[in-house]
Amino acid sequence: MANVPIDQAKVDTCREAAGLIADDVQRFINRHTTVGVERTVARSYGVAGADPQGTPLANALVDRIHQAGFTGYGVAYFLGRGLVEGASSVQEAAEQIAYGGAPIVVDESVSVEAIKAALEPETLRAIERIDNARRERETRKAKFPVAETPLKYVIVATGNIYDDAVQAKAARFAGADIVAVIRATAQSLLDYVPEGPTTEGYGGTYATQENFRIIRRAADEASEETGNYLAQTNYSSGLCMSEIAWMAAVERLDMLLNDAMYGILFRDINMERTFIDQYFSRRIIARSGIVINTGEDNYLTTADAVEKAHTVLASQFINEAFALRAGLVEEQMGLGHAYEIDPWKEDSFLFEVAQAQLIRQIFDRHPIKWMPPTKFKTGDIFHSHVHDAMFNLTGIMTNQSIELLGMFSEAIHTPLLMDRYLSLKSARYIFNTAKHFGDEIQWKPGGVVEKRAAEVLNNATELLEKVRGDGIWDAIGWGAFGDVKRKRNGGKGHAGVVARNENYVNPILQWLEGGK
Amino acid sequence: MTKWLRAYGDREGDGMVQMTFTLAVLPGGRAKEAARRFAEAHGLREPLITAMEQCSQQHTYFVVYGHSDHRVDLDAIDVKELPQKETSREDIENIGKKLGRKIVVVGACTGSDAHTVGIDAILNYKGFAGEKGLESYKSFDAHNLGAQVENIDLLERAKAIGADAILVSQVITQRNCHKENAAALVELLDKQGLRRNVLLLLGGPRIDHKLALELGYDAGFGPGTKPSAVAAFIALQVQERAQGERPTGRYSA
Repeated sequence: MANVPIDQAKVDTCREAAGLIADDVQRFINRHTTVGVERTVARSYGVAGADPQGTPLANALVDRIHQAGFTGYGVAYFLGRGLVEGASSVQEAAEQIAYGGAPIVVDESVSVEAIKAALEPETLRAIERIDNARRERETRKAKFPVAETPLKYVIVATGNIYDDAVQAKAARFAGADIVAVIRATAQSLLDYVPEGPTTEGYGGTYATQENFRIIRRAADEASEETGNYLAQTNYSSGLCMSEIAWMAAVERLDMLLNDAMYGILFRDINMERTFIDQYFSRRIIARSGIVINTGEDNYLTTADAVEKAHTVLASQFINEAFALRAGLVEEQMGLGHAYEIDPWKEDSFLFEVAQAQLIRQIFDRHPIKWMPPTKFKTGDIFHSHVHDAMFNLTGIMTNQSIELLGMFSEAIHTPLLMDRYLSLKSARYIFNTAKHFGDEIQWKPGGVVEKRAAEVLNNATELLEKVRGDGIWDAIGWGAFGDVKRKRNGGKGHAGVVARNENYVNPILQWLEGGK
Repeated sequence: MTKWLRAYGDREGDGMVQMTFTLAVLPGGRAKEAARRFAEAHGLREPLITAMEQCSQQHTYFVVYGHSDHRVDLDAIDVKELPQKETSREDIENIGKKLGRKIVVVGACTGSDAHTVGIDAILNYKGFAGEKGLESYKSFDAHNLGAQVENIDLLERAKAIGADAILVSQVITQRNCHKENAAALVELLDKQGLRRNVLLLLGGPRIDHKLALELGYDAGFGPGTKPSAVAAFIALQVQERAQGERPTGRYSA
């Protein structure tokens, strides 16, 4: 492959700075929990169902404990206590606490040791559910080979899960390797996960456990029909980040959009809440073998793609550092970036190549997630198709791992069946016609591509040093990423952040951290 | 004399158009005939099926060329267009100076809409297509509330800062949710008796001036709108109304 020279010392400096930035946050994470984390623990123990108004039992349960001021003990403390005191199952214990009306008690009549002992078989069962799903995925991927990179990733977003299933199968027929079911735009700010299959929503329908099953079934059928694996993607982000990670892990999803900072920047979710939730979600993801997709591409839709290219790289180092601290391996880190430079800018193609090549080389083991142009797309579908072709050419020549294909109708509507078909046809053509292009060329020493790659790395190094000095909390405060500014105590979901009690019980987390 | 318009391809009057679509049938002779008849039903003479490809387990994708006999009478068309006077940045700033105060605007993507590209392009300093946004004008005080803002919160904020203009951006248009959302804000203002105290602007890829007026807004801005066009409209309107009975930005009824 045509490499650009990279100053390894600068890369090391970036990694070190990102590590220190993440360590600072990790110390905070390790002393706190959130209502989202606790609902995830409850779900892991099998707490399921919802009341007739649609409030999930996991919410009713954790809300009661939260209102009593005892979230810092962990929901597991109360579920385990229920078992010790005679509940026949975790579900029964949860229902008693949520709907029973008895006061919530914390005293020494039941020891923490007894609680943990009562939970142990339940904990093992929870971990086994993740492991079984992982094994099943690996078996199927062995049977139905995964395509060569760049993997062709498309979205479906009909707003009705049954239509989504039809479109997902059609996408595999047309050559897709990965299908992402877009969820309703409003979901990231819902502090609960809706129940059951859903047939409504704007911009997509809801991420629910049942919807995950419906798409998994369709994707498995498509794999069998075509002989090639169809991967399934959804969103572990927003206020229910870790609950969705759990659902995805046990329903055998292959990828999750999961970013350490996206919710803070683009959904105005509280920073503390997001950092704690991303950690627990990633602990689950690490165990499940799911590949994450981070969201740095979004920075280039709110900030200028030339001026702020380095913020993408800096954020990738930070996402990597957080992911490593949650137990992910590099092969699970689909760090995100995008082709968003103004296409009418002279040599913009060379700038795009430089960035794609730089990121490819720095994160050489990572399944890099490469996003198509969106910001400068117009209703001129014919030009849009050409724009996407240049993106595809860059993708194959720099060997991106996961490529979300551009749609010529990007600026008009969610993709029609034929839009997706034509997009896949174009990608198949370009990936094949230029397959070894990258191996056949060398960059001119001191040329535009080399200089640009060095510039982006330099700027990223400077930014990371500055963020390390200020701490991420303040850095987000002054708009280090995506030109978006957020305050540490601002944003949604802060009321759900709680300091852990010295008797905090969370055997699931303990197990996932390898402390067991 | 009536000016008739027909599609122009290679020669005057050939009526040449191209259409693409999918049908739930697999490729073959019957499918091709189905596509031909489908095109004819749309008024295309001598339709030529130039592509027929299976695009899913059950669907075929077609490209068709044909001659359209349809024509439109240009003179019979009356479109509501924004009266766009060429207004320079300097002129806009001068209006602000004469007013003796800043023009206050507040904008948001309302409802569940999370796509801020449009409102950011108009309001934020960095702007769009080489033009800086309203934040960059000395005569403007611009507040961008971002995405997923409820109408009621937007209105409360507008009242709190005494906004002369409220900018609503709607990108998601599935099942016409953009219209419902946009209309709900007008209703809310009506209910509080405040509709005439503020300029209401609507923007988005599927918005035009006519639609905005129908929904009860003062102006609509479609794709490709530059910040200066919005700034000019607001400044001129605020100036005009400052002398009238209902100046903008005062919310005490």
